[in-house]
Amino acid sequence: MLHAVDLPNAWIGRARPRDAAARQAAGGGRFVDDLRFARMVHVAYLRSPHAHARIGAIDITAAAAMPGVVRVVRAEDLDPIMSPWTGVLAHFKGLKSAPQYPLGRGVAVFQGEPILAVVADSRAAAEDALALVQVEWDALPAVTDPEAALAGAPIHEALGDNLAFTRTAETGTDLAAAFAGAHKVVESHFSTARHTGVTLEPRGILADWNRADQRLTVHHGTQAPHMMKEIFARHLNLPEEAVRVICPDVGGSFGIKVHVYPDDMATVAIAVLLGRPVKFVADRLESFTADIHAREHRVHARMAVDAEGKILALDVDDLTAIGPYSVYPRTSAVEGNQVVNISGGWYRVPAYRAHLRVAFTNKPPTCQYRAVGHPVAVAVTEGMADLAAEAVGLDPAEFRRRNLIADDAYPTKAPSGILFEGLSHHKALARLLEIMDYDALRAQQAEARAKGRHLGIGIACFVEIANPSAAFYGVGGAPISAQDGCTVRLEPGGAVTVASSITEQGQGTEAILQQIAAEALGVDPARVRVITGDTERTPYGGGTWASRGAGIGGEACLQAARGLAANIRDLAGAVLQAAPDTLALRDGAVVDAASGAVRMTLPELGRLGYFRGDLLPPGVQPELSVTRHFQTRKFPFAFTNGCQGSLIELDPETGFITLLKHWVVEDCGTVINPLLVDEQVRGGVVQGIGGALYEECLYDADGNLLNGNMADYLVPMAGEMPDIVVAHIATPTAESALGAKGAGEAGTAGAPAAIMNALNDALRPLGARLTDMPFTPKRVLDAIRRR
Amino acid sequence: MRLALTVNGQATSLDVEPRMHLIDALREKLDLTGSHVGCEHGVCGACTIRLDGVAVRGCLVLAVQAEGCDVQTVEGMAEDARFDALRAAFVAHNALQCGYCTPGMLAAAAELVEAGGTPDRAAIRAHISGNYCRCTGYQAVVDAIADVMEGAA
Repeated sequence: MLHAVDLPNAWIGRARPRDAAARQAAGGGRFVDDLRFARMVHVAYLRSPHAHARIGAIDITAAAAMPGVVRVVRAEDLDPIMSPWTGVLAHFKGLKSAPQYPLGRGVAVFQGEPILAVVADSRAAAEDALALVQVEWDALPAVTDPEAALAGAPIHEALGDNLAFTRTAETGTDLAAAFAGAHKVVESHFSTARHTGVTLEPRGILADWNRADQRLTVHHGTQAPHMMKEIFARHLNLPEEAVRVICPDVGGSFGIKVHVYPDDMATVAIAVLLGRPVKFVADRLESFTADIHAREHRVHARMAVDAEGKILALDVDDLTAIGPYSVYPRTSAVEGNQVVNISGGWYRVPAYRAHLRVAFTNKPPTCQYRAVGHPVAVAVTEGMADLAAEAVGLDPAEFRRRNLIADDAYPTKAPSGILFEGLSHHKALARLLEIMDYDALRAQQAEARAKGRHLGIGIACFVEIANPSAAFYGVGGAPISAQDGCTVRLEPGGAVTVASSITEQGQGTEAILQQIAAEALGVDPARVRVITGDTERTPYGGGTWASRGAGIGGEACLQAARGLAANIRDLAGAVLQAAPDTLALRDGAVVDAASGAVRMTLPELGRLGYFRGDLLPPGVQPELSVTRHFQTRKFPFAFTNGCQGSLIELDPETGFITLLKHWVVEDCGTVINPLLVDEQVRGGVVQGIGGALYEECLYDADGNLLNGNMADYLVPMAGEMPDIVVAHIATPTAESALGAKGAGEAGTAGAPAAIMNALNDALRPLGARLTDMPFTPKRVLDAIRRR
Repeated sequence: MRLALTVNGQATSLDVEPRMHLIDALREKLDLTGSHVGCEHGVCGACTIRLDGVAVRGCLVLAVQAEGCDVQTVEGMAEDARFDALRAAFVAHNALQCGYCTPGMLAAAAELVEAGGTPDRAAIRAHISGNYCRCTGYQAVVDAIADVMEGAA
């Protein structure tokens, strides 16, 4: 395979399959539920069947007497072991929440809240016993609607009301004047439905407290092991050195596995209580009721444009419902806050206002899920763009060309004031129209319409946050590191070991670190072993979230590998009596940089360095391990950008939408492995399509989940998904030598808007319009009948 | 209950409760943890295994129903040369990310590959529509299966 830079060391940018894929395909995956330890017991949780209820007397007699039961654990049993937590951050001024305990006490505030645990020698025995626990429930009125919540009695009396957080951003020129003087003003509401991540591997944790040495080892399917170590230590009142967190294989995360969950915390506390390994793996119903949910937003927006179709003003009002608690430690204010930060972010918007209200309700807590807030902000912005284009008689593509921030305008700011380092909206849009063959597609659409077929074409431009700095969480007091570290070590035989604080959930973290180290050290990636997901074997760092693995962890790896390469050249130079800068590393050897002649192989150098110090010149100390850390400092985020196109066919008789094709142009900076990035983008698009067409946690007015199983909660399946064409523009970030920004979330950010615009393009001739996701056949038919 | 069956080519007998699912018996009694459990109600396909050569949901078959049967899990498929090309294609196309769905996806795909022919992409998509994957966009999975079937045809 020829690479653009066809040097032996050019591994960055190459499509290379992952070692882990071969292991997984051969049945070698090891997830939390696959681990077995001596004396291990299993825990199952009794969860509130009510959305809001006083917890009366609990009778555990029959349960405790069941065969196999080790212990029935009540909420108060854990009080001496674990302290409660509150999901607030100092930089979200006014954000409030109530203390949360591993097991709920007094009043249950959402359906699925764990209130009692049964520990037994098998999960089945624990569940059998749970069925015999008697609880006197006193059901209370549940508040499930955010408007009603804001007007009604507080869920937590001590908080005074149900307004968890509010913020208004107002920037630029006079908003009222801009609307008053506009050529056209368009206005619309939007809603996105509460949905959840549905990781195929449910959340799992196996905690092992060793009483003899007072040490806790937690095997946890988490994205952020160092953060969890900090949190376990803090709430168990243990010194940090007493806690180790290890991630086995993690079966999908998407943000779901980066939060602090009461059942996870209770499992760890119970392990300390019992002094033996305790395993908890959520079943699917528990996943639906106790994983975080996301994206329950109602938005009203207005846009003002002049006669040329230039945007004059954008006004966005977002109301979001987060359940009864703000989730620890990231908080549940972030999603709505992103809507405020991101909306309109790729356009020149002279007058901007965004207003956010975050309401407590009696549904499960919401928090950060893939592309946090972006699917909402992008759908609102791009929905308004299409309305405005229609109002002034412009094609949607032309409207975007007139309003996108110019590619040479950077650095610049979003309408909200957020800083952009360098983006490529015009290049990306031009490329999208090219790969879609946009004009031909419009002709095809017109032809189909003449034959009575309803095709729709939608496009959506967007930005996506990546590589956050300490300004995201650390500044607010959370134990969430914005930096990552990497140690790169030469082995005596010429192999390389990389230990990194970023983590692997299948996206290819370990594969890209292999390629980065291989390029810097001139070795074959197959000779690079990567260690992640262990707080005792990796440097300290934030882990994998917010599309930061490649950009932050990758740069730390590159710098560490470059540092090691320099040390290798120094050592070789001392031995060979050559100036280090005349030497280079290629194909597993130290070579003369000019001629390429091999001077010394890496195994030769490794053996000298580790075993034959007696042969080295005086004063030469080989340093064959190097650690480097990296975090972004100049910009609070390294934004990525892109645009997506969707072609759909609507059946107005049934309301069914068929996805015919989808296109993505993505600028994630330097691409390290296109094989991984492209399918990562596609996976993101498919999750975005899920939110647009299928996924919704349906609740009745009393807060009961109506579709807590995979048969009724629909996610995208292979049969409904289109082929997805992915193309790239590369605008590397100048904050790092690597230049990578992050590719994990952009697909999800842009897809719902592209689908929505395609649907409304198909509905337009029918006089209908729909902006309430998911676009189920019933909603589509209702929209057509409403016209 | 005492149960006798063949698992990955080996005659095996084990004690199971009548209510135990086959997938739990394989995972818990025989430590064949390569198969994963995703929903326990027959929808997600993660626990798909081969029972007498037919792809079945391991969570919808009681262990006692497998009496006398020939069970093949991902561990057995990994040592079965008939599936080498399929596995290699999954790796080459990166048709998996976290790998949790992969053992089931492979068992489902193997059934199509064994049936032979060169199904179009829509037919391949339809065949694997009983298997959730939350990481990929399914496209790489379709590419991998199409690759193997075109190669074999």
